[in-house]
Amino acid sequence: MATDKTPGPSLSGGAAGPHGGQSAVDTDVGSQQVTESSAGSREKPPVNAQVRPGRFREFWSYFVENRGAVVGLVVFVTFVLIALFADILAPHSPTEQYRSALLQPPAWQDGGTRQFLLGTDAVGRDLLSRLIHGARYSFFIGVIVVVIAASSGVMIGLIAGFARGWVDTLIMRLMDILLAFPSLLLALVMVAILGPSLINAMIAIAIVLQPHYVRLTRAAVLQELPRDYVTSARVVGAGPLRLMFVTVLPNCLAPIIVQAALSFSTAILDAAALGFLGLGAQPPTPEWGTMLADSREFVLRAWWVVTFPGIAILVNVLAINLMGDGLRDALDPKLKRS
Amino acid sequence: MSQAVDDTLIEAHGLSRHYDVSNGFFGGQATVKALSNTSFRLQAGRTLAVVGESGCGKSTLARVVTMIEKPTAGTLTLDGHHLSSEVILSDAQQAALRASVQIVFQDPFGSLNPRQTIGRILEEPVLINRPDVSAAQREQQARAMLEMVGLRPEHYDRYPHMFSGGQRQRIAVARALMLEPRILVLDEPVSALDLSIQSQILNLLVDLQERLNLAYLFISHDLSVVRHMADDVMVMYLGRVVEKGAAAAVFGSPRHPYTQALLSATPVADPGRKQTRIRLQGELPSPLNPPVGCAFHPRCWKAEERCRQTAPELDDTEVHPVACFFPL
Repeated sequence: MATDKTPGPSLSGGAAGPHGGQSAVDTDVGSQQVTESSAGSREKPPVNAQVRPGRFREFWSYFVENRGAVVGLVVFVTFVLIALFADILAPHSPTEQYRSALLQPPAWQDGGTRQFLLGTDAVGRDLLSRLIHGARYSFFIGVIVVVIAASSGVMIGLIAGFARGWVDTLIMRLMDILLAFPSLLLALVMVAILGPSLINAMIAIAIVLQPHYVRLTRAAVLQELPRDYVTSARVVGAGPLRLMFVTVLPNCLAPIIVQAALSFSTAILDAAALGFLGLGAQPPTPEWGTMLADSREFVLRAWWVVTFPGIAILVNVLAINLMGDGLRDALDPKLKRS
Repeated sequence: MSQAVDDTLIEAHGLSRHYDVSNGFFGGQATVKALSNTSFRLQAGRTLAVVGESGCGKSTLARVVTMIEKPTAGTLTLDGHHLSSEVILSDAQQAALRASVQIVFQDPFGSLNPRQTIGRILEEPVLINRPDVSAAQREQQARAMLEMVGLRPEHYDRYPHMFSGGQRQRIAVARALMLEPRILVLDEPVSALDLSIQSQILNLLVDLQERLNLAYLFISHDLSVVRHMADDVMVMYLGRVVEKGAAAAVFGSPRHPYTQALLSATPVADPGRKQTRIRLQGELPSPLNPPVGCAFHPRCWKAEERCRQTAPELDDTEVHPVACFFPL
């Protein structure tokens, strides 16, 4: 029977121990009980086993090593919290006009008051409140654009990678055409056709960003397809849909997650640019790019109306990029030190 | 252990698999004969080992037998189902065949989906092929199978990266057995493992064969492993079978020069033994452009004019057939 011919797994793990490269893998079995001990396991971890953390812990330890990424994450989380609690945090309504305080400078300058910490704009709206509410729009744009671009891009990429042949060629050449245009120009053209509004700007940006996901997904699929686990799924009769979504896709996610994080900032930046050109969010909306556009005639008279929205965009995009870089370093096995 | 005739699980006649490849932009078409005119039979409870160096068609044979690829010529009878290049199987027949032939791959680090738990890996074949089995039953089957291959039931919730190579190969064997197949194709199942682990896996395979009366198509280039496992041996060279017979006969008195050379290359743990190693000259020829006549003649020390002109055929009516004009 199995027991007399084949020693238990703990034994076989131990037997493999002395053999060079094998040992690192073997310690997994022990350490895994430390990090993710299931209800059923009663064993104690081996005393001398070098503890190798679980998947998330490992990811986190690599992520934390990158200072910039952590700073980015902290700033990003702060922005998310500000966006979530904008109603509580903002001292004023973002659209209420204080006619007695037009273009009032920030509190620390001559003529500034505590009532409007960062000053007011040309029609007397509190700049701080508008910036806080603007965070909402930025995240709304980022999330929606990334969701549309990533989901459609991943789908098309999967189809291209699995179908091969003329379907693949057709899809990839179409994507090459989309990528050949400067992205902002293409978005401009599309908004011009669809009509200027925040929703249309988001759709346009999503279409512009989506070819990156298609390429990334297709490349990852082509890399995974010849591997044995895919063949073994075929041998047991997995259908094409199962192969795509259950077998292959989960193994392609790491680069897609990184791309999603990085294109989040691109989306915010492009939406701000479209807003600045008057093709994104329309005036009363406290969107950062639109705020910049509204106040560009006051650049010389009232520096605060352009500076603060600009800084908000800059810090936000920088934070997300730093975070995305850290994410890539932590998820890409090729950049890991063993 | 030879059994009645109706125990035959695989019967292959003239099985071939050719690939058409284009020779670059201007080169036109060429044909790679990865597998030519291969005939063999395999009974329940027996092990047929396929031996040969890299590129001799062993893995192509495995892919044809597991229906990953269709044969381009010849017939293959698997557990009573006839397969050939013309026959198109219905979905139901394919499902039935899938349940009777399964495969274990060489590299246990590539053959398990890294994002699935062991439980899901084991249950997937049942989930796909027997949708009427309830989730609780599936889980019970998977846990029982873990025990059968010498793992513990609590390994059910873990991921492949938490296991060593030997344990992973046990999981791969367990997955292959989930559909209760009668034929298991083992594509170099131990060559990626440490020596100490190899013997454990081989013992497990022998044990499972006795218990479940499985037929093994055992593909390997490691002759010491083959000697341990095989009932019958088939030696392949460049897509063709060059010698075939009972393991004892092939190892004891090899008839083809190539078999002899292979056997002499196996290291023996006996420093006092006289080295009679046959060194083959040259490389394995390109299958795109195989030599005329006997494919082995450029490397054979016994080759004569006849070998360069006509290819010797394997006479399947013999007990220990060999494709050579000058058998040893």
